[in-house]
Amino acid sequence: MTYVVKPKFHHPELPKNELGYTHRDYEGAVSTLCAGCGHDSITASIIEACFELSVEPHRVAKISGIGCSSKTPTYFLGNSHGFNSVHGRMPSVLTGANLANRDLIYLGVSGDGDSASIGFGQFAHALRRGVNMVYIVENNGVYGLTKGQFSATADRGSKSKRGVTNTDNAIDMVGIALQIGASFVARSFSGDKKQLTPLIKAAIEHQGAAFIDVISPCVAFNNHAGSTKSFDYVREHNEAVNFLDFMSDRMPITVDYAPGTVEMVEQHDGTILALRKLNAEYDVHDREAAMSFLHQYAAKGQIVTGLLYVAQESEDLHGHLNTVETPLNALSAKELCPGSAALEKINASLR
Amino acid sequence: MPIQSVNDFVVRFANVNGSGSASANELFARSILRMGIPVAPRNIFPSNIQGLPTWYEVRISEAGHLGARGGTDMMVAMNPQTWNKDVGSLEPGGYLLYDSTKPMPKSKFRDDITVIGVPLTAITNSAYTDPRQRQLFKNIIYLGALSALLDIDPKIIEQLIGEQYKGKEKLLSSNVHALHLGRDYTLKNLKCPIGLRLQKADKVGDRIFIEGNSAAALGAVYGGATVCAWYPITPSSSLADAFTGHCKRLRHDPATKKAKYAIVQGEDELASIGIVIGAAWNGARAFTATSGPGISLMQEFIGLSYFAEIPAVIMDVQRAGPSTGMPTRTQQCDVLSAAYASHGDTKHVLLFPEDPAEAFEMAAQAFDLADRLQTTIFLMLDLDIGMNHRLCRPLKWDDAKQYDRGKIMTAAMLEAGKDFGRYLDVDGDGIAYRTYPGTHPTKGSFFTRGTSRDRYARYTEEGPAYQDNMQRLLRKFETAKDLVPRPLQANAGKPTKYGVIYFGSTSPAMDEAIDLLEARGHQLDRLRVRAFPFHSSVSSFIAEHDFIYVVEQNRDSQLRSLIVNELSIDPVRLIPIVHYDGTPITARFIARAIGDHLDALKITPLRKVVS
Repeated sequence: MTYVVKPKFHHPELPKNELGYTHRDYEGAVSTLCAGCGHDSITASIIEACFELSVEPHRVAKISGIGCSSKTPTYFLGNSHGFNSVHGRMPSVLTGANLANRDLIYLGVSGDGDSASIGFGQFAHALRRGVNMVYIVENNGVYGLTKGQFSATADRGSKSKRGVTNTDNAIDMVGIALQIGASFVARSFSGDKKQLTPLIKAAIEHQGAAFIDVISPCVAFNNHAGSTKSFDYVREHNEAVNFLDFMSDRMPITVDYAPGTVEMVEQHDGTILALRKLNAEYDVHDREAAMSFLHQYAAKGQIVTGLLYVAQESEDLHGHLNTVETPLNALSAKELCPGSAALEKINASLR
Repeated sequence: MPIQSVNDFVVRFANVNGSGSASANELFARSILRMGIPVAPRNIFPSNIQGLPTWYEVRISEAGHLGARGGTDMMVAMNPQTWNKDVGSLEPGGYLLYDSTKPMPKSKFRDDITVIGVPLTAITNSAYTDPRQRQLFKNIIYLGALSALLDIDPKIIEQLIGEQYKGKEKLLSSNVHALHLGRDYTLKNLKCPIGLRLQKADKVGDRIFIEGNSAAALGAVYGGATVCAWYPITPSSSLADAFTGHCKRLRHDPATKKAKYAIVQGEDELASIGIVIGAAWNGARAFTATSGPGISLMQEFIGLSYFAEIPAVIMDVQRAGPSTGMPTRTQQCDVLSAAYASHGDTKHVLLFPEDPAEAFEMAAQAFDLADRLQTTIFLMLDLDIGMNHRLCRPLKWDDAKQYDRGKIMTAAMLEAGKDFGRYLDVDGDGIAYRTYPGTHPTKGSFFTRGTSRDRYARYTEEGPAYQDNMQRLLRKFETAKDLVPRPLQANAGKPTKYGVIYFGSTSPAMDEAIDLLEARGHQLDRLRVRAFPFHSSVSSFIAEHDFIYVVEQNRDSQLRSLIVNELSIDPVRLIPIVHYDGTPITARFIARAIGDHLDALKITPLRKVVS
């Protein structure tokens, strides 16, 4: 944990993106999380993804709940509006914000306590409504801020730092997300920036509910022997289904993988995902196969990472509600108020 | 002696719910309105869909009294389950209309009432064979019988049926046929009209007949609400339904047919208020409709709205609590739980409409107040106003009116170098500027949080910064006092030491009670509180009187507690008059309770008599 104020100057030759911004323009305040926290690596991937996509920082709304993970939006995109809401309720706040202005990018950051326990219902319902967002769960299997209680994603049989064995079944958030119809479902590992950054980029471009479960070891309470969310455990048990090279239609497509190992996945908005296939049988468009694949490897004690599912045709809540293209928050009284003449007619019908 | 009355009596229909009686009963009420006579109908229904007792009470009052009166002059007893209670509740000299198809033992009636038997089932069964038709048309047949007994012009009912079934000729003619089956039998076999009669009048004027929930929903449309998130709960669900209906008619782009609104049925009340707060944070006008249990569930978010200063509108259609309480009965029992909702030191703005017309106005105004004050505004409806049709003045809208979006710092203002501190009180009214997300590439972003922060929205746990913020929130609440609807005062004809304070749906009963009290020789000045925080005129009204009666529909005299607490009034001077059995408060009740108290005060002390 550090109290150092971040210096504003930077190296003059830092690389710039299309907008002329450097990495620094996507950073936030200095993290106050523990040194080595997996969450900080995720923050770095978010910054990298936004930089590479040349996202305008102020066009992102970052919304979180309560907990260590929910603190992280302070540490990236300092020029974005942020909202640290209430415990477990990020999804509803994000849904409302998204309804008010469909033109911004919504980045929901949550933890496993936030999304798998107190806010399990909201997690599920925001995904099933198809809210256009990136929903990242920074999953460490433990309550960090309150000092090490098990969360609902802690594996059965795993041991807490205090030596207590978890006897409750774990919730696999990826499995739930697939089941309830998220149109983009991925899992990654905070220590694997190469896999995570393209996944975040792809999720941002995805028009629909994109969910990424990021296993993020807690250095303070969940990185010991016996923990199934520690760095070592995850590295040993990781089964990556694919690696993603992401390019939007604005960028030249350069793929340097041998033919036959790369699959180009075109999303409905024209952006293209290039999947480097490690597992030849894996089809990212097959939701049922994804679910059984997940179960097969879970039974072997392995954690499947990568892009697990992306819907060929995705739609979002605004589409379902058939809302106007203009953001609702930009409509004026002239467009919203039916006026006195209409009211006179209504009065007449009530006599 | 049978009651004799023209245009002033109460008819109650005792039905089984799910039997299709509602539309026939409503036709009855509307036909009287069309005769130019004010009516006030009330549904008394169970929390159930089919099979349980339900009542529809119509108060007919040429004098225009719209509060519940209490007592029944004529009972249309269609429910054997409640027969004994229904017959027992009739006023002496009242009338009982019943289905005489099956003979009833004499012991089932009373000697002091007029019993009118019409073989409704027999008439129905001889005309219809389909069971569903039999059930539905029986209701129209008793309406026909009533039209003969009470002297309602059948042409008016026919016209109403015509409006209801416009374009559905078959239904139209079969309903009219059923109406005449009942009417013709009654005219032929019974003495018509009875002592209760209707006579055309001109006392309705241009008033409209609307449910408070529908009016409040229309107020939300006019007030510019674009996001509605809600969870079904009686008695507020019809508000969200009405908003949906109004929006379908009034809020679609004529060219693209796209919706200029978003309505989400949340997974619970927490999600509903979360969506409202998220939308309002992002600059849309948003509201939820709920009732007491929903308010309980929303507590944490309401505190966030107060502390992080995010606009929200909550329409609370109150029902009898605590817990699930009596879900289909009315009360004003959420006053305290709304005023002080959430943990920590909080206070919220409450609006108290008296009828649908005010529900419309205050609903629209709530969005201006929410944006201006950047906090939650409660519109405190109740089941009595919300779910009953009420005669009220026509709804009005001034086309010159602009929405007050409150203090919004724009990109241009930021560009011009205006100092932006999200919690910086630049005008001394306790209200700071806010920016919408996405306003400016490099200026004006901030972090919204429920944790304490300084004037520039930076996280802090420093005591002085926290207190500074809490004091500013109090200043803001002071500012609210002059923004919310003012109390309305009506003084007695003669100077008096006694006053009465009341609010919301108590209004019509209170107005009528004043007449009754004056007839007993008591003078009372009246103050109708229309909002919290209380305007300074509430304190002065109390100061000007020795004793104040506070009339409300809850057990614990919640408004009185709020007055005592907020205005530091000696509780002895505020006499609680409470009515909380779940039925709407009546003029008779108020007049009796206040009258008896005033009579007791008037007793000359013994010392004086002796000396």
